[in-house]
Parts: sequence; C-alpha cells; structure tokens
Amino acid sequence: MNAPLRRVGVVVLVLFAMLFINLNWVQAYKADEYRTSPYNRRVMLDEYKRQRGVIMLAGGLQLAVSSATDDELKYLRGYPEQTAQQYAHIVGYKPVNIGASGIEQSENDFLAGTSDKLFGDRFRDLFTGEQTAGGNVLLTLSPTAQEQAFKELNGNRVGAKKGAVVALDPATGAVKALVSMPSFDPNQLSSHDVNAAQAAYNQLLANPDKPLANRAISEIEEPGSVMKIVVAAAAMESGANQETVLQGGATYQAPGTSHQIPNASGVNCPEQITLKQALTVSCNTAFARLGVDLGSKKLTDTATRFGFYQKDVQVGRLNGKGIEAGPTVSESVLGKLTTSSGGDDKPTIALSSIGQASVVMTPMQGAMIAAAVANNGQQMRPYLVQQLIGADTTSHYVADPKPLQRSCDAAVAQNLQQMMISVVENGTGRNARIRDIGGVVVGGKTGTAETGDNGESSHGWFVGFALKDGQPVAAVAVFLENAGRGGSAEAARIAQQVMRGVIADKAGN
Amino acid sequence: MSTPATPIAATPVVVPAVPRVPKAARATRRTELSLLILGMIMVAAYLAAVEANMLGKITPDFWVPAGLLGATFAALHVVIRFRAPFADPVLLPAVALLNGLGVAFLRRLDLGRVKAPEREALTIFTGDGGKQLIWTLIAVFGAAVFLWFIRDHREISKYAWTLGLAGIVLVILPMLLPASISEVNEAKLWIKFGDLFAIQPGEFAKLALLAFFAYYLVRKREVLALASRRFMGIDFPRGRDLGPVLVVWVMSLMVLVFEKDLGTSLLYFGMFVVTLYIATERVSWLIIGLLLFFGGAGLAYFLAETAGGPFASFGKRVDVWLDPFEDPHKSGYQLSQSLMGLGTGGMFGTGPGAGNPLLVPEVRNDFIFAGIGEEVGLFGLTALLVLYLLVVERGLRAGLTVRDSFGKLLAGGLAFTLGLQVFVIIGGVSKLIPLTGQTTPFLSAGGSSLVANWLLVAVLLRISDAARTPATMTLGGARQ
Repeated sequence: MNAPLRRVGVVVLVLFAMLFINLNWVQAYKADEYRTSPYNRRVMLDEYKRQRGVIMLAGGLQLAVSSATDDELKYLRGYPEQTAQQYAHIVGYKPVNIGASGIEQSENDFLAGTSDKLFGDRFRDLFTGEQTAGGNVLLTLSPTAQEQAFKELNGNRVGAKKGAVVALDPATGAVKALVSMPSFDPNQLSSHDVNAAQAAYNQLLANPDKPLANRAISEIEEPGSVMKIVVAAAAMESGANQETVLQGGATYQAPGTSHQIPNASGVNCPEQITLKQALTVSCNTAFARLGVDLGSKKLTDTATRFGFYQKDVQVGRLNGKGIEAGPTVSESVLGKLTTSSGGDDKPTIALSSIGQASVVMTPMQGAMIAAAVANNGQQMRPYLVQQLIGADTTSHYVADPKPLQRSCDAAVAQNLQQMMISVVENGTGRNARIRDIGGVVVGGKTGTAETGDNGESSHGWFVGFALKDGQPVAAVAVFLENAGRGGSAEAARIAQQVMRGVIADKAGN
Repeated sequence: MSTPATPIAATPVVVPAVPRVPKAARATRRTELSLLILGMIMVAAYLAAVEANMLGKITPDFWVPAGLLGATFAALHVVIRFRAPFADPVLLPAVALLNGLGVAFLRRLDLGRVKAPEREALTIFTGDGGKQLIWTLIAVFGAAVFLWFIRDHREISKYAWTLGLAGIVLVILPMLLPASISEVNEAKLWIKFGDLFAIQPGEFAKLALLAFFAYYLVRKREVLALASRRFMGIDFPRGRDLGPVLVVWVMSLMVLVFEKDLGTSLLYFGMFVVTLYIATERVSWLIIGLLLFFGGAGLAYFLAETAGGPFASFGKRVDVWLDPFEDPHKSGYQLSQSLMGLGTGGMFGTGPGAGNPLLVPEVRNDFIFAGIGEEVGLFGLTALLVLYLLVVERGLRAGLTVRDSFGKLLAGGLAFTLGLQVFVIIGGVSKLIPLTGQTTPFLSAGGSSLVANWLLVAVLLRISDAARTPATMTLGGARQ
C-alpha cells in the first residue's frame, strides 16, 4: 500500500501548491485592486483615521470641521449649525457611505490629506507615528453677501420656492456668494449612523423641489429680457451706440410668422426709441426687430464671447476641478437659430433676442455677463478656492485670477454699463438702486421669462453689477423660479442686498 | 493485539520516580519539547504585537494565554513521553502552534469588538478567544486520554462496526432534526443545545467513518483489487463490488442536498475514494470517484439552475464563486469581503491587530484564514500552509512506515482528510474553488472541530509511535 500512499502525498502537495499559487494571485497580483475596491470599507476607515481639514473663509469662519469621536470612525464631519444650510451647495457633504459633493468632493484629496501636495506631511508621519490632519481649504466667499443672499432669497416676498443667487468679483472672477434654494442640512448626511444618513439622503432625493441640486450652476432656464444685454452688445459691436434710434412700437411681427410679439404690460415703447431707452424700459418689439436685423451669426458670436456655449467652466480651484453640477457648470445656449436650409430662422431669432424660445442660461452665466460688462469687457474665470493651506500652515496653492475671454471692447462695455445704470436709475431695475453708500452706483437688467400660458408662473431674473468709484466691486445674478408677477423686481431687491454685503465685506478687509 | 485490553480501573496510573522513556526516544522527545517552546514563543510574540497595535502598549500579562496553552501542550508532551515515546516529534508542535495562533487571533477579534478604552479590561477567558482557550484544554485532555488508554491503534478496529454505525447516525442526525436545532448559516450541520453551545456531529463522524472504512477495506481489499475487468488499459472493478462505493456516494450527495453542504459531502467522498485507492492500489477507483463526484456536482448545479428547490443554495454558491463582485452586498458579500481582506493584507500584512478583519463576515469560523491573512500577509499565510502541509505529510509518513495495513489506511486516510479539509476551506475563502462551509482545522472557533481534530492528531501520534518503535520493543511506551 506504500505506492498509493506516496502518490496521495504528491496529490496533497499539488493541492497545497494550488492554494499557494492562488494566494499569490489574490494577495500579490490582485492585491491593489482589492485594496482600493469601492466595496472595501477599509479605504473609508483609513480615511476617517486622519482628521479631515477645515473648509473656511478668510475671516476665520469655519464651514466644515471634523471632531473626534469614540466610534469605529475616529472623526465626525460636521457643518456648524448657523452656516450649514447657507453654504450647503458650495461646501457640499462628506457622508460615510454616500458619494461626497461640493468642495468636500472636489478638494477631497487635500482635505483628506492624501493629496500629492501633502506628501511631506505623510512622510513625516512615518517617523513620528502621528496622523497629521488633512489640509484646509480657504474659499473666496464673502460671509455677509452669502448670508444676505441666503436670507433674502429664502425670505423672498413673492413666495418663490426655488431659486438661486450668484455674486462674483468682476475683476477677478472670485465667487462672493452662491446660494441655491431650497437648501438642506448636510449634517444629517455626514452622520455615522449610516442608515439614518441614507434615509435622509433618500428623502432629499425624493423631494420634488430637489434641494440637493445646485441651481446656481446647474439649472438652465430662459433668461427673458436679461438677454437684451447681449443683443445690445452685438448691436454696438456692429456700429450702433446708445443713441441709435430703433423701431419699437406696440407689437412686432417677425417675417415668416403670424405671431405678434407684444411688450410687457405697462411698458411704454414708442415707434422711435433709442437703444438706451429701449433697454431702460425693456422694449420687446425694438429688441426683437434688432435681433432679426443683426442675424443669427452675430448674436451667436457675441453670446459665445459672453459665456454661452462655454463647456469647461468649473467653479472650484483654477487649476483643478470644481464643484459638480454634473461635471461642470451647465452649458448655457441660444438654441437653433437657423432653418433647415441654413438661413436665419427669423421668428425664432426674434423670440431669442428677448430671451424666450430656446435660449437658456444658468444663474452663474447671468452673473458672468454682468461681470464682463462691469470689468470693461474682460470676462474672468470664476473660482471658489482662494487658498489651500497645509495642517502646518504652509500654503500649497493661492488663486491667481485668470481671464476666461474678452467679451467685448472696453468702449462697448462702458456703453453697456451706462445703459444698465440707466435701467436701475430710471427703468425696470429700480429696486437694485444703492444711494446711501458713497461712490457706489448700480447697473443691471431685469428679466421675466414666460414659462406657461399665464404670467403667474414666470421666472424672475435680475442681473447686475455695482461699481465703486468707477471700479467694479460686484456682479450679481438673482433667479426666482416660478416667481410670478413682481418676480424680477423682487430679484432686483435681493441683488441690492447681496451687493451691499459684498461691498461691506470688501470695505472691512 | 500486542497488549491485552485492560479495564480502565485496573490501569496503573502511577507516576514512577524515574520516567520510563526509552533511551532511544529521548532525543526525539527533546526535539518535540524545543519545537513546542519555540511555537509558544511565537504565539506570545503574536499576542504582544496584537496588544501593541490595539492597546497602544504591551501589558505585563500579554504572555498569559501563550503560557496557559504552553502548559497544556507540555502536559500532552509528558503523556506522549510515557505512552508514545517514539511518536513523530513534529506533529505536536506544529498543531500546537496552529492552535495557539488561532486562540491569539480570536482574542484579537474579541479586542476589536470593543471600543479602545475598554480593551484593557478584557480578560483572557472572555469572548471567543477565552472559549477557544477552554476548548483547547478539553481537546488536549481528550487527546491525552486517548493516548493514555489506547496503546495500540489496532484496538480501534475492534469497534469498527460500532464506529461505522455511529458515524452514519452522526451524519444523518442533523438532516432529520428540525432546522431550528440543526441549521446555522444555511447549513444543517449542527446540533444546538439551546444558546449554550452547539456541536457539529460531522466532525466526529469523519473520524468514526474513516476508522470503519479502514477496517472494511483491509478485509475486502483483495476482492476489490483483484476481481476486475480491463477496459482501455485500466482495470475496473466488478459491478457488485461497486456497492459500498455507491452507498457512500449516495450518502455524500444526500449531505449535499439535505444538509446544504458541499464541503462536507466532498470531504466524505474524497476520504472514502482515497482510502479505497490506498487499499486496492487501483487508479480506476480514483477515476470512478472523480467522475462520480464531478458528475454529481455537475448534475446538482444543473438541477439548481433548472429545478431549484433543495439544489438552489448550491447553485447560488457556484454563481458567487464565478463572480463574487456581481452582487457584492448580498450573495457575494462574504467572498468579496474575504478577498478584499486578503488583498489588503498583500505580501506582508498589516501586522497583528492592525487590520480590520472584523469586516469579513464569519471571520471567527469559516473565514478565519482570510482574517489572519489580512494581518500576516502572503508570507504569514504561506507559513501556515507549510505547517498544515507538515502535519499532513508527517501523517502520511506514519502510514508509510507503520507495519500493519489497518494502520496504513487509517493514518493515510486521516492525514489526507485533514489536508483535503484545509484545501476545501482555504480554497473556498480565496476563490480557488466554490466556497463551502468548513471549519479551518485548529484555527476556527468551535469546540467540536477542535476536539475532533485533536483526536485525529492523537491517532496519528499513536500510529507514528507504532511506526517508529523499534521492532524489539512493545508499543505504547510499555516496558518489555
């Protein structure tokens, strides 16, 4: 019986060799795949071993902090109660089992301390045995403007339930305020009770008002009369000036259609009206005709230079990725302005020139138009991250403002400024006026986008800027979804409050 | 029988002033003791590393579990000195090291289950680690009793029919009992005594059945080996001789279907086919066995896919094996977590106490190898595999050198069964073969497995003693 016993010994040897080879496969060849697998909770446990960095503002206001616990997860991510809802769409959230969002997501590597920039810290940790906290992220926001934007938007006097505010520094592109309504409490998502967090998340997802959506950069809606700024810019680039006389009137019927475009009720638009006056009173007939006369190409070119069709705007770090609305800011577009034969689709152009038809833009795009005008035609790339600071206070990144594109000549921009100031001083944007701060003057344009058969559910817009001693200090867009009548006037009032906030913080610095 | 069977009461349990260890065996026993001490030092080192990682310091009492285990194994060593002085000196230290590391790892899991500040207060007799420690004492005592009273392995064959019947009853019992008493984790392999403890009769059935196989085959081997027909150059047995094989085959398939356990079924069948092969020296038995097993498993999988019913859980296991990450939160959860644990460990592991083995479900039982693997890495696991291989090959060696056929078959069968069980469970948790619920010998938490496997080691020790005792001396350490 010894021969078979020996063979059995060989068989056992072969079986163990198979085990050994397979373990090599699992623990050496496939090790990295398993180690970093999204299903591997160890990745997350390791992440929570290190205190996550703080997200903060220049004044020292802390928006996201991690505090020690005695859980299995060593640190709990928290968002201070007073500011949690205000900054929810910018800061985002960092839950245990759900994907992160906002700055928490876009700057995750730096906050978590796993960024290449923080290699020095980790290298030091190897010898000291400590876990140096992750890096801190300093944002560009103005706390007063953000607070005003949140408070005024949520307390709007027309009863709008959804909306957004964006404020930019026109000279740099720094985001000064960014609010989306309705908001949410990110603390319930970062809870270590993963079931509670998941339930809260599901509830937010199921909410028809979509509180998780960042409307300021993701929602694309018809801009209404705000579009007239772009049409006016296109006209002036083609040789017109503020005093160029346009044909207005009570209605305008574009060639090739029986549809008549009227003016909004209460708008007094004579047959002969100057460009400046047409913008001031927001005359639909004059701008619809002007748009048709300019043609689809000029309109599209100008709109593109003001930021429409811009696909790679990311609101975050200037050399990195930004907060996500999808991957980037949603693309604002004019829609199709030509017929199938390639010629101008004049009825559509007429409607598009007053911001109807298939023209859509984000609130961010509205603010970028105002910023370009205020900054003498130079549009800056918007950004949110001012500085990345290591746990040891070394700076790893400081924002260096970057031009996005030239939207128009300085001369055209200055004419637009004067016309938009006229809108606020004498026209539809009076609610945005600021008279009590020395040297400050406000310009802007209201917009009302018809969304249905009646005016009850129309969107209200205001896009504008503030100059102080001739220098641009703020560009703001306010959007009130389905605000109904009075929406654009309320938007102008909110914009005024936000601009006051930006100016106050700027003076304070 | 070389020694007459003496009634227990009449056995002189007198410790003589001078140990009665034959001179020729002393060097062997010294080797055993040195290896045993070395093994316990390694267990103590493992415990120290666990404390350093989990408590942030090493307490003065870190070595106590290793010390207790060491004392227990040393007691068995003393029994071996008296009763099996020529036994293989590697078996005890190798198994003791495996057992010790199992206790240390289970204690590490206990520490991991409580919050950091409460860890230091955790005494060594609490939790799974504590239970395992006590079960080790009981199991080693069982092995000692066996070695003390059974001085010649051939005595076992006297009870062969009793053991065979007991084996079948033990296999069938959980099948017949209601699921509330016998089912744990979808496998009906248990007999639960309330919440107090549960035994796995299959662990003992293995030993009993093997003893019977060995006895039966020694008597029938001539018939089975010689009466054959030649087909394609291989000798095949006559149809009527296939009877017992088919009975075992049906029994193992019943285990597969009614106890929902592929591993045990494969174990019984593999065990029988291999002893049959050793007894008859006919390769044809291996071929028939493999065909029957894979045919049966294939049929079961086919039925699982088409008919479902009692086969469904088997089909599900195969699907999970093919791609554990297809449904990583439900059916593939165990295996994918196991693989991620092993993968995280990588080549060198995170270090004892520094990983997260508790993320792997059932890490104290079926998946203990994956849990240990995360912390000791490929290098550590390879060492564990080598330890198992040593035990198995030393067992086979005892079979090779022992003079009687029964001893050869018993040692060969036991050693192979141990090796096969290690292959089935470790291959299962590392996705080499479909996962089946089996304990990892000497490591998994659980008394039945520990007691049964120590008994298996005792039998191997007994046979190796017989194999290595010079022909001029009597067996079992008795003086001439």
